[in-house]
Amino acid sequence: MSGGALGVASLPFLKVLPAQAASGDVIVAVTGQTINSLDLHRKGTNRASYQVAVNCYDRLVSFGTKEAPGGGLSYDYTKIEPELAESWSVSDDGLKLTFKIKPDATFWDGTKVTAADVKWSFDRAVSVGGFPSVQMKAGGLVKPEQFEAIDDETFVITLEKASKLTLPDLAVPVPIVINSKVAKAHATEKDPWATEYLHKTAAGSGAFKVLKWNPGEQLVYERNDNWVGGPLPAIKRVIVREVPNPSTRRALIEKGDVQLSFNIPNKDAKELAEKLDVYSTPIENCMHCVGLNNTFEPFQDSNVRKAVAYSIPYEEIFQTAAYGRGARLWGGPDTIDSIEWPRKSPYFTDLDKAKELMAQSGFADGFSVPFSISLGLADWMEPTALLIQENLEKIGISTEIEKIPGANWRTAALVEKKLPLHLENFGGWLNTPDYYFFWAYKKGHLFNSSNYMNPEIESLVDTTLHMPMDDPQYAPKIMRMFEIAFEDLPRIPLWQPALNVAANGAKDYEFWFHRQLDIRPLKGA
Amino acid sequence: MSPRLRAILLRLVQAIPVVIGVVVISFVLTRALPGDPAVYFAGAAADEESIAQIRTSMGLDKPLPIQFLQYVADLLQGDFGQSVYSGQPVAEDLANRLPASLELTLTALILSCAIAIPIGVLAAKNPGSFVDQLCRILVTAGVSLPTFFTGILLIYVFYYLLGLAPSPLGRLDFLYIEPDNVTGFYLIDALIAGDWETWFASLKQLILPAITLALFTLAPIARMTRAAMLSALSSDFIRTARAAGLSDHKVTYGYAFRNALLPIITTLGMVFSFSLGANVLVEKVFAWPGIGSYAVEALVVSDYAAVQGFVLAMALLFVTLNLVIDLTYSVIDPRIGFDTK
Amino acid sequence: MTVFSGNTDPGADNTSNSITHILYIMKENPVTLIAFALFGFYVLSALFGQQLVPYDPLASDSENVLQPPSLQHWFGTDPLGRDVFSRVISATRLDLLIAVSAVAISFVVGSFLGSVAGYWGGKLDIILSRTLDTIMAFPIFVLAMGIVAALGNTVENIVYATAIINVPFYARLVRAEVNIRRNAGFVQSAKLSGNSDIRILALHIFPNTLPPMMVQISLNLGWAILNAAGLSFIGLGVRPPTPEWGIMVAEGANFIVSGEWWLAVFPGLWLMLAVFTFNLLGDGLRDMVDPRQRT
Repeated sequence: MSGGALGVASLPFLKVLPAQAASGDVIVAVTGQTINSLDLHRKGTNRASYQVAVNCYDRLVSFGTKEAPGGGLSYDYTKIEPELAESWSVSDDGLKLTFKIKPDATFWDGTKVTAADVKWSFDRAVSVGGFPSVQMKAGGLVKPEQFEAIDDETFVITLEKASKLTLPDLAVPVPIVINSKVAKAHATEKDPWATEYLHKTAAGSGAFKVLKWNPGEQLVYERNDNWVGGPLPAIKRVIVREVPNPSTRRALIEKGDVQLSFNIPNKDAKELAEKLDVYSTPIENCMHCVGLNNTFEPFQDSNVRKAVAYSIPYEEIFQTAAYGRGARLWGGPDTIDSIEWPRKSPYFTDLDKAKELMAQSGFADGFSVPFSISLGLADWMEPTALLIQENLEKIGISTEIEKIPGANWRTAALVEKKLPLHLENFGGWLNTPDYYFFWAYKKGHLFNSSNYMNPEIESLVDTTLHMPMDDPQYAPKIMRMFEIAFEDLPRIPLWQPALNVAANGAKDYEFWFHRQLDIRPLKGA
Repeated sequence: MSPRLRAILLRLVQAIPVVIGVVVISFVLTRALPGDPAVYFAGAAADEESIAQIRTSMGLDKPLPIQFLQYVADLLQGDFGQSVYSGQPVAEDLANRLPASLELTLTALILSCAIAIPIGVLAAKNPGSFVDQLCRILVTAGVSLPTFFTGILLIYVFYYLLGLAPSPLGRLDFLYIEPDNVTGFYLIDALIAGDWETWFASLKQLILPAITLALFTLAPIARMTRAAMLSALSSDFIRTARAAGLSDHKVTYGYAFRNALLPIITTLGMVFSFSLGANVLVEKVFAWPGIGSYAVEALVVSDYAAVQGFVLAMALLFVTLNLVIDLTYSVIDPRIGFDTK
Repeated sequence: MTVFSGNTDPGADNTSNSITHILYIMKENPVTLIAFALFGFYVLSALFGQQLVPYDPLASDSENVLQPPSLQHWFGTDPLGRDVFSRVISATRLDLLIAVSAVAISFVVGSFLGSVAGYWGGKLDIILSRTLDTIMAFPIFVLAMGIVAALGNTVENIVYATAIINVPFYARLVRAEVNIRRNAGFVQSAKLSGNSDIRILALHIFPNTLPPMMVQISLNLGWAILNAAGLSFIGLGVRPPTPEWGIMVAEGANFIVSGEWWLAVFPGLWLMLAVFTFNLLGDGLRDMVDPRQRT
């Protein structure tokens, strides 16, 4: 059983490849994650698999490119560019979006990409449930009736409510366009959306085809020479190998046996930056923070929460856990003057002030609390927790660090929201502060792991979520939201993490909010 | 029915309760794992509704006894279920990965035997000597090292510093394509295909992990060889043979070693199943796509079907192995019947 | 240890005999002597190590992170600036504690089950044997992982998991030893003189199983440490910041490629040496209790 659907054995792989690698036509990338499906819409598909949606499928639109703050390139949230759509228009009331599909767009099998394919794919995304449907909903896309194929090249979306998030939400990895003819041929009554078929076989129009997929080992991409979604990639073949051990990955990239190592640890990023090209891009709309659960009695006391915030050794954590990669999120001004997010909190390390606040609180004698971290994220959570633990001890709060395995972490931290003191790191795909607050500060929402509830925040989020960012009311409302968040402190910001990528023989890496490897812009060095 | 055939059947029947026990325990164990797989697999931004959908589709909304019956019914039809973590049917995953683990373990065992048995014989021939002591220390040092530590150290020295070993990237460097699947053992499949280049490539990948594992298995084999040889060499028939003037070589290898073989094989069986377990760590270090690393990942994310499938496969392997060892006994020493057990 | 406590009743004769025997073996076998010396060293560092180490094993020091070994920090410092030497030495107590308690539990439970099965036999024996077969049919490390993952990763659960996977070895050994003696002459005579089954089992038969068990215990102590280290490597070990060899090796292993070899090498060496000691000790004990294997 050789995984891939194509006749792998017939390819002149072995003898040709070394020569190709030398000429820069092939890039080998390593990652620690496992791709478990080729179909993003399927239930149980993990994050690492989203890269298939990015590289093998097209969306109607995509984001532009800009210079990234940490060097290298980044996607540009403010610029929406065509991918499968040639052009689009929005009605005056903002409720009707009309897309013209590129007439020369074809799927890998040579058939034309039609509006019917787009409709079938969007119907699928809102119908299969789970994560895809949730993400579609963020852009106001909830049911098949909203999508309409007028003719082969005209596709219309009707919204119930105009939202600034709709167009960006069409550029995330979820609303991909699938070859519906192929998919329907493999659909069954039990499986109307052909999830079983598309799980193992990609059927798209994207820049790369899946040449071979060995689950748990590697994915081999091959360029689609007929791609019209953007400039034709320079690389003919990209091999993504899964290497679970980070030391092994480091050795491989350092020796130049692979050209790209994706998502490397902060420490490696710092040290390898002297020898190789390392891109450390601060992840937009994402922060590492300490969660103080509102259901835990001492944390209902505002003085205790502030004492914790003043006791955290921010700079030490930033140096030992983040190795200086990313952006500092503490020691900011007292007054809020912009809608920039993530932003520096007004807190900083001041143990005396922390002790003073503790003395004023209802828990002057201190208390003890378990400090929960995720086993899967131990690389940054563990040093962070250890340093915080040491300082909390000094202000009378004794903690015991509890490492929770991956399967249980989501349940305990996000669904049951039962962890009194914990670390958390939500990042929003859509880069607006209201979107972050929607997920992390609204009552009952998934990433509000602190059980935080403030009526003013609730209404502020509801009004700003779909409001255009140039609305005069937008900025004051957002700044008010920040003010409350820093006063109430359900989450104490630590730093804005960076996504680190090391390249040794590859260039033009581009950062994306989805934090997966987009191989399309890559070039050999 | 010949008595031997009957004895084999009896052994098989004896294995049935073990297999049933394994099925029950693995089911209970997986259900005792913390966390809610439905939440985990619902993905990053799932809401309650989508978690409930996943739960239903995984059959986790039903009461435990029903889940168990369903599991057993599926098993009887040869259906191991679907791994949510790898997204593949568990049976397919195991079929793909078991040969990788077996190839590694067997290579390590062959390597280990090639070193340990001569060492053991040598030590037994000169008990208490300097050679004996040295062997003992070396062999014990090998078993005292945590395998993951040895593995990383070997990678560091032989790949990173010296550049002698190929990149520790699984079974085959990505420059090569795996040989057509016949047995699943790359070394054998490459031979069948007559592709020496691939054969050497996969051998090179095998060397470091096999050494890591072999170091760990040297001690029990060498010890047992030494002990068995000692008692064989001190037995009456050897004394007789020596008295009869047979050459030392003939006495040692023709008579004593043959007699020492039985306990050595018993030990080998134990070591084999033991190192299949120790594989877990070695596979993780060397990115070896075997069932050990598969089980670890599955366990951490509470992937019930995968863990159960893995445990069941290992147990079946273990039962088969014991059967084979029993059969080997009777080949080596026909005096041993099954009923003496 | 039974070997040393001897039997005081029949006079000093017996004791001095066994001491002579031990001394003889030590002289014959310098490796065993070394093993005993090392064992003493580990016991001492477990008892007093925490008081003697130069630094607080938990105190971080952001000024001195990842320092190579020097006169101030003999084994260097870790990513949080903690002194590796102090951590390695203070970890001895916990590691030995895990090993000893795990082995003690499996010894007690295994002996009980084995004695019962071996002495009375019958259905009980069959049920027990099949249960043990079932446990042994699991790859032992994976079973330990499963247990710790299910129960949560605390020191106690690591001990239980290690104990459970070792019970079958003890139970089988005891069962075999008890079984061959249950109809022996001295048992028959004890029965005739009116001793109860339990008394016979506990006082006459069971002590005979101790010598081979001592060997098993010593070897198992080494395995138990390795097992805990392996669990740590997977991430299921002792909770931070508690120093433990396995965790230190596992975490340090990620630093080897970047050149900070001391993080993994020193705890690894200590761990190895401890397991090594127990293994050699087991060998030495085997020589003492089983003269047949000696020449």
